Amino acid sequence: MSAAPLLLVEGLVKNFRGLRAVDGVTFSVNAGEVVALIGPNGAGKTTVFNMIAGVFQPDGGRVELEGASLVGLRPDQVCRAGVGRTFQLVKPFGNISVEENVLIGALRWTHDVAQARRRAREVLDLLGLADKRRQMARSLTLPDRKCLEVARALATGPKLLLLDEVMAGLRPAETDRMVETFRKLNRESGLTIVLIEHVMRAVMALSQRVVVINSGKPVCEGVPEEVVRDPRVLDCYLGQEKL
Amino acid sequence: MSRQAILLGLLLAAFALAPLVAGPYLLSVLVVVMYFAYVGQAWNIMMGFAGQLSLGHTLYVGLGAYTAAALFVHLGVPAALGLFAAAAAAVAVGGVIGALGFRFGVKGVYFALLTIAFAEFTRILFEHIPGLGGPAGLFLPVGDRGGIDLIHLRGHPLMFYYLILAMTVGIFLLCRRLVRSRLGYTWLAVREDQEAAAALGINVFRAKLTAVMLSAGLTALGGVFFAFYYNNLFPNQAFSMNRSIEIILAPIVGGLGTLFGPILGALILTPLGELITMATEAMGFKAAGIKQLCYGLSLLAIVKFLPDGVWPWLRTRLGLEPDAGGEGES
Amino acid sequence: MTIDLANQIVTGLLTGLVYSLMALGLSVIFGVVRVVNFAHGEMTALAMYAAWMLFTWLELDPLVGLPLIALLLFALGYVMQRGLIDAFVAKPEHMQFILLVAVAIIMVNFSLLVFGPDAHGIQVPYGFDTYEVGPLLVDKVRLLAASAALAISGLLMLFFRRTMTGKAIRACADNLVGARVIGLNVKQLYAVTFGIGSACVGAAGALLSLLIDVMPSSGPELTMLAFIIVIVGGLGSMGGALLGGMLIGVSEVLAGYFLMPSMKGMFSFAILILILVLRPQGLMGARK
Ligand SMILES: Nc1ncnc2c1ncn2[C@@H]1O[C@H](COP(=O)(O)OP(=O)(O)OP(=O)(O)O)[C@@H](O)[C@H]1O
Ligand SMILES: [Mg+2]
Repeated sequence: MSAAPLLLVEGLVKNFRGLRAVDGVTFSVNAGEVVALIGPNGAGKTTVFNMIAGVFQPDGGRVELEGASLVGLRPDQVCRAGVGRTFQLVKPFGNISVEENVLIGALRWTHDVAQARRRAREVLDLLGLADKRRQMARSLTLPDRKCLEVARALATGPKLLLLDEVMAGLRPAETDRMVETFRKLNRESGLTIVLIEHVMRAVMALSQRVVVINSGKPVCEGVPEEVVRDPRVLDCYLGQEKL
Repeated sequence: MSRQAILLGLLLAAFALAPLVAGPYLLSVLVVVMYFAYVGQAWNIMMGFAGQLSLGHTLYVGLGAYTAAALFVHLGVPAALGLFAAAAAAVAVGGVIGALGFRFGVKGVYFALLTIAFAEFTRILFEHIPGLGGPAGLFLPVGDRGGIDLIHLRGHPLMFYYLILAMTVGIFLLCRRLVRSRLGYTWLAVREDQEAAAALGINVFRAKLTAVMLSAGLTALGGVFFAFYYNNLFPNQAFSMNRSIEIILAPIVGGLGTLFGPILGALILTPLGELITMATEAMGFKAAGIKQLCYGLSLLAIVKFLPDGVWPWLRTRLGLEPDAGGEGES
Repeated sequence: MTIDLANQIVTGLLTGLVYSLMALGLSVIFGVVRVVNFAHGEMTALAMYAAWMLFTWLELDPLVGLPLIALLLFALGYVMQRGLIDAFVAKPEHMQFILLVAVAIIMVNFSLLVFGPDAHGIQVPYGFDTYEVGPLLVDKVRLLAASAALAISGLLMLFFRRTMTGKAIRACADNLVGARVIGLNVKQLYAVTFGIGSACVGAAGALLSLLIDVMPSSGPELTMLAFIIVIVGGLGSMGGALLGGMLIGVSEVLAGYFLMPSMKGMFSFAILILILVLRPQGLMGARK
């Protein structure tokens, strides 16, 4: 085993006024792994992502990338450290073309616009958005916008990709295709992925490990097949139709 | 693209050859057209590209104009040197306003009001600086109007005509390069969504600050031209809210964030103003206010019926390609 | 010396209260419709001209003509919102700005055309009466105008707290989607709000006509003044508008007293800059 995991999250805490949205979440992700972060609505998953990505400052706990702390960095600095992220509520650059959206992502690592454009086209090819590259982003459908979120984050060339419910709202066939894309990325370029996902079909197919949180607290962690049978997990989803 | 180049070439040729046929009056109108196309383009960098609304942009015109003029009047510094000081002053002030506004999270309407506040503050401040002439104004000695002295910016009106033409072409080419550059894309991202931009590794604060400073510096060069062309400066004109409004009208009427917008807007608005003056005079109205009244009504009609600006509307009718990032097809 | 200063401060406070009423209109409109009325001062100037006409032609005291002027401005505001601004409510800020600037240009030049460039003032018979309050001398007109402004502000507050329409308008401001869901006619309420904000302007204009002269260029100046007051007090806060008005009223006289009258505006803009940077929600505004 190498010295430090790629991502280490330890004892993470976040308060929103009275509410403790995240309370002691701990997990680590090794390079090359695909880990799912699941939990019922309002469990604090997105908040965990936002703390990793530098959008929120944690009220306690550690976040480290390859042993170096990410706490206190701005979102753009976290990105440049090698973390790409998507937004659950998609944020396309609506009035520019799809290709330009992705190109801007690629400009994270290159100053050459032509090179960034080439990379953007590759990524769009990979995600099946190539034929829509000249459209304005605001004219895309929601599934395509989700896809664009991924493309943009991917274009930044991250070591670690944080995906926040990118498969919600996709049709099963589309989900399968996206799962296949991530598998390929993970296998071929060793991309490490943490995904928040309610679509269990994707979680089961993609992740090697699952971390479950509920009401901001860690519930359990393990391989997908075990986790879905864990009574504690079933408990926290009780009354929800998700599993 | 090629049709666009043709259009551009025709426009340029028309302006370059205009002095052969046009009289002094028409040339002076064309100078005003190009001046507003120039400052409009400079303002467009900040608003059209980076999405930061400045409603007090005449501040930079005034600062540039006063800096170069005062250096010339008091120390005999030629305009060719003074323009560096002028740009530097505007860049510095723009930097301060931007840094204050963006660091403290002054957004949207509030940022726009901050820019107005600084412009108005400076207007009243300049009225109380005796060395700059106070409210009575600062006057530049009118030199030989026959020669061509680009160093001191003294000379024939045609020299000024071609100078502002060169400046307008220059800033057009600069902006064209910018929108296709890394910096330009960074601005577009910030304009569209700051959070998403940051998530892609863009330092939003720095991007906005660069836009403000560059826009301020370029605007100040317009101010230098203004000072040496008109040879007089008054705080309540140079820094007036009305000037700020005039500056932003051309790019908005023409089409925000487009390269042709500021030019087209200026080509519409300045002659419109002149035509209204002529028409009202021809019809025998001498009353003050009628011209501005018609101008206001025309403006109202334009924003009401072509809210995206005239250029995007015209462009589709001419079958032209979008000219800048942010104009993809829908 | 100190008595003189104290007199000046009282003058500033009382004038400030009338400014407040005008600014209140701006605050109400922005708080609900979310459009910054860049023609606010110009509308105030129109109201002042209306007061001047009523006084000159019908010898109607502005205090008596006030309800009529308020009603006229209500109609103007209502029609403006319905016919013009409503289509721009969801448009970006710079479009709203240009629209209202166009309206402002039209209003300024309309007044220039009709009334000429000269200043018009009203001299009521009791214009020079003063009350002696201890050692202080208080102008009667100023006191009357300020009291009226205060009373109208109070009425407005009651309107928003007590009446159904007032509550419905507040609902629109708090939660637009919710307001639509429960079936409120948002378009109509916006127009009413713009009307009410304009009625404030009408009332304030009538009162201001007792205190200062009006000319076409008063419009843009009053617009600036209204902005400064609401930002300093807190956009959308009614108490803030009152506080802001008094503060700016006093700061103006102090700047005039200690420095030069022509520098008073600089003082106000400096305060505006400080507030925008350090406390953008204004003195009385709620922190987001
Ligand atoms: N910016 C914020 N301010 C206040 N409360 C917040 C904020 N962001 C999230 N919360 C609250 O924190 C809790 C966790 O929210 P979070 O978005 O992290 O949940 P989630 O697990 O991502 O849920 P979902 O599956 O619905 O996306 C929720 O109760 C939410 O209301
Ligand atoms: Mg979430």
